[in-house]
Amino acid sequence: MIAGTRRVFVRWITGVFAALWAGMASYPFFRYLISGTKKKQAGEELVTSISLGSSEEFLPGASKNFKFGSAPALLVRSEDGAFHAYNAICTHLGCTVQYNEEKKNIWCACHGGVYDTASGKNLAGPPPKPLKALNVEVKEGEIIVSRA
Amino acid sequence: MSLTSSDNKFYSWLDDRVGVSGFIKAAEKKEVPVHKQSMWYYMGGIAMVLLAIQGLTGILLMVYYVPEISSAHSSVLFINTQIEFGWFVRSLHSWAANILIFILFVHMFSAYFMKAYRKPREVTWFSGMALLGICFAFGFTGYLLPWDEIAFFATKIGLDIAGKTPFIGGVIADLLRGGAEIGQGTISRFFLIHVILLPIALFAVAGLHLLLVQLHGMSEPESFKKAKKKKYEKFFPDFLVKDFMVWLFFFNLVAGIVALFPWGLGPEADPFAPAPAGIKPEWYFLAMFQFLKLLPPHIGPFEGEILGIAFFGVLALVLFVAPFIDTGKSKAVSKFFDVYGILFTIGFVGFTVWGMLD
Repeated sequence: MIAGTRRVFVRWITGVFAALWAGMASYPFFRYLISGTKKKQAGEELVTSISLGSSEEFLPGASKNFKFGSAPALLVRSEDGAFHAYNAICTHLGCTVQYNEEKKNIWCACHGGVYDTASGKNLAGPPPKPLKALNVEVKEGEIIVSRA
Repeated sequence: MSLTSSDNKFYSWLDDRVGVSGFIKAAEKKEVPVHKQSMWYYMGGIAMVLLAIQGLTGILLMVYYVPEISSAHSSVLFINTQIEFGWFVRSLHSWAANILIFILFVHMFSAYFMKAYRKPREVTWFSGMALLGICFAFGFTGYLLPWDEIAFFATKIGLDIAGKTPFIGGVIADLLRGGAEIGQGTISRFFLIHVILLPIALFAVAGLHLLLVQLHGMSEPESFKKAKKKKYEKFFPDFLVKDFMVWLFFFNLVAGIVALFPWGLGPEADPFAPAPAGIKPEWYFLAMFQFLKLLPPHIGPFEGEILGIAFFGVLALVLFVAPFIDTGKSKAVSKFFDVYGILFTIGFVGFTVWGMLD
């Protein structure tokens, strides 16, 4: 009985050490693969604000998909003249959204999600959350989009 | 003098050293049942030939393909337009991939409806499911490589779905994406998964699958087992000759399709442009795509698509565990799996057709 218990213990402790060894041995390889995903690629920097040109040329009803840092973004000027900017990533499955001029809303072509232009709120289709808003200011006639 | 005669000096030399006659005797002993459902026995062989086409054309594509973000699209365009028969090799690769997925579905469901997963073939069934998974992974990783518009969004959606897996989803999506956004990191990782890791996995699992098929012989459907008069034919050479004819037919069929409908290449991916209107995934994801579109944003406390994806997981899991539950002891259970298979097929075909017309 004692011998049996000892055998069980030795097996158990061998298993634990084997698992520890496996974890230790694979850790460098895991870090090797994952750390590259966190580092900035060459030439990439954190963007906090961007100028999108003259506000006078950007007429009500117009829209523009643009690059904000490493992510796609969308600027829309609604019919009342107000500017709205959002992170253009659909909250459903990550496609890039666009402005639908005809229906005056923001729309995702992948699964038909619809968002409100003025608030970014999810109105129809599968998106579970509103679009992430960006700040828009007009400084001396220039449209400046910055992180909210 | 026959090729395998003991008078043939080369044959006896080889036989003494490699034992060829043992293989031939084993092959001659192997028998294939002949019955109304015999046609389904050819599906595995067809899949194998299509995989061989994938291997060969894949190697040929790598001669010119460049897995680098600013060159990937132009290198595929170069293959398609500048290289002699480049369009042919590239289209063969894309078309055979699609036809392979279709044949694998047929292969799986024919085995499923014939209850071929029952003892002693459970592991053959699991290895087959694993092979289907490997082929899906081939499809997913290969799809990105031409770096066109639809490839970009298909990958985006696929990685978003992977990222929603509880606990480990985030890490898996990061490891595959190779960065915060889809880019060079993703191309590098998908390329090496597509051309190194998956082929190794394929060889290992397909080897096991084939070995088990040899070990157990062909599965016989219930109706055949009960028949008074059973007819068999020899695998070698009778069945194998027919196999060759079917393979030849399939190769010609794929080549014919390719010549008539060469595979296109969309505009180069622009990570900052909106998804194009009318974007749709490949046909084999269309049923899931159409179903996901129907779901509301929230079902109870859960996000609609998370529940939808979990639902697909459960649907597939039922197929996977069929050998454990439908062991042949209960008629009711057997019937349940028949009905389940029929509903699954109807649902899949129905949603796919709906997705195509929508």
